[in-house]
Amino acid sequence: MKRIKRRYLALAIDSGVVFDSREFMDAVWGAVGKLYGEYGASKSGLTMIDYDAEQGFAVIRVSLVAIDMARAALASMTRIGNKPIAVHVVSVSGTIKALYEKIKQ
Amino acid sequence: MRRLYADLHLCPNLNDPKHVSALINKASELGYRLIAIPLPPNCTDQEKRQIQKLCAEARMDFASRIDLKPRTPNELLSNLRRIRRRFEIVSVLCDSKNVSRQAAKDRRVDLLNFPPTDFRNRFFDMAEAELASNSVATLEIDMQLLLTLEGPTRTRLLSVLRKEAGIAEGFHLPIVLSSGASNEILLRKPVEMAALASLFDLSKESALEAVSKNPVAIVKRNREKLSPQFVAPGIRIVRKGKDC
Repeated sequence: MKRIKRRYLALAIDSGVVFDSREFMDAVWGAVGKLYGEYGASKSGLTMIDYDAEQGFAVIRVSLVAIDMARAALASMTRIGNKPIAVHVVSVSGTIKALYEKIKQ
Repeated sequence: MRRLYADLHLCPNLNDPKHVSALINKASELGYRLIAIPLPPNCTDQEKRQIQKLCAEARMDFASRIDLKPRTPNELLSNLRRIRRRFEIVSVLCDSKNVSRQAAKDRRVDLLNFPPTDFRNRFFDMAEAELASNSVATLEIDMQLLLTLEGPTRTRLLSVLRKEAGIAEGFHLPIVLSSGASNEILLRKPVEMAALASLFDLSKESALEAVSKNPVAIVKRNREKLSPQFVAPGIRIVRKGKDC
């Protein structure tokens, strides 16, 4: 079986409001689903790896084939519920370790 | 070589200096190095300098821009005659076929903008693209609506944008992606703008050029034209005096 390649995305969450990780991840899934439908979203392999609500920082995992989809969906997010939000991709890496090293730099 | 990213359509509330400053700082934080803000036709040099100063503080370059909304081709021509030399970028909102055609063939127009949600009045077709490709006009796409619209309206907008981007690429007409953002939450990084452009099938390379090379080229060309040394395209004064 072919190994699924993945990428880790560090995200900066730009909002005056604090969201819990479930709320945030539901909104990400919602954005991917809105743009690419349920079939497209199912191929993205989105998983939450790390989340810091206070700092507005998150790390998510996506499959490599869906990275452009994920980027577009994250950029299209403008609100969670009625609260305005903007999500920016800070860094992308193939391993969690390398991602954190990149962010530190 | 590192790309220089530009957003030629920031729309802050010019009556609120704090809002202008916040939007400029956010654009700088997101990686833009050149921005343009539409100014009113009667804007003074002092107002321009104030915005320029804010941009300089945020380590960004500022280009003055005017958005024209003429109702007839004659109104467009008279507006262009009056304001062309006062602004670095001239954008025309084409909401009728006659105005679109005139704007596309006039070399004084830099950006062609079409009504975002009035899909019947988007006259960017092959004829328009051919006219524009023979002049210097560029198709401008505001990304703000892609973020704010939802449901069938966004689907329809994506479909129209896909068609227009395809036509523009077919005629080698440059595309400029602008934010059109009136608040900070609607601003996106240049790479994110390129990712959003993939929704209407613009390739990654073309999309990145649309937020870097294409807008920068417009500003560079117009600054050269507006400089006192400019005589004609390719000809400029290098020295003045009796010994020339």
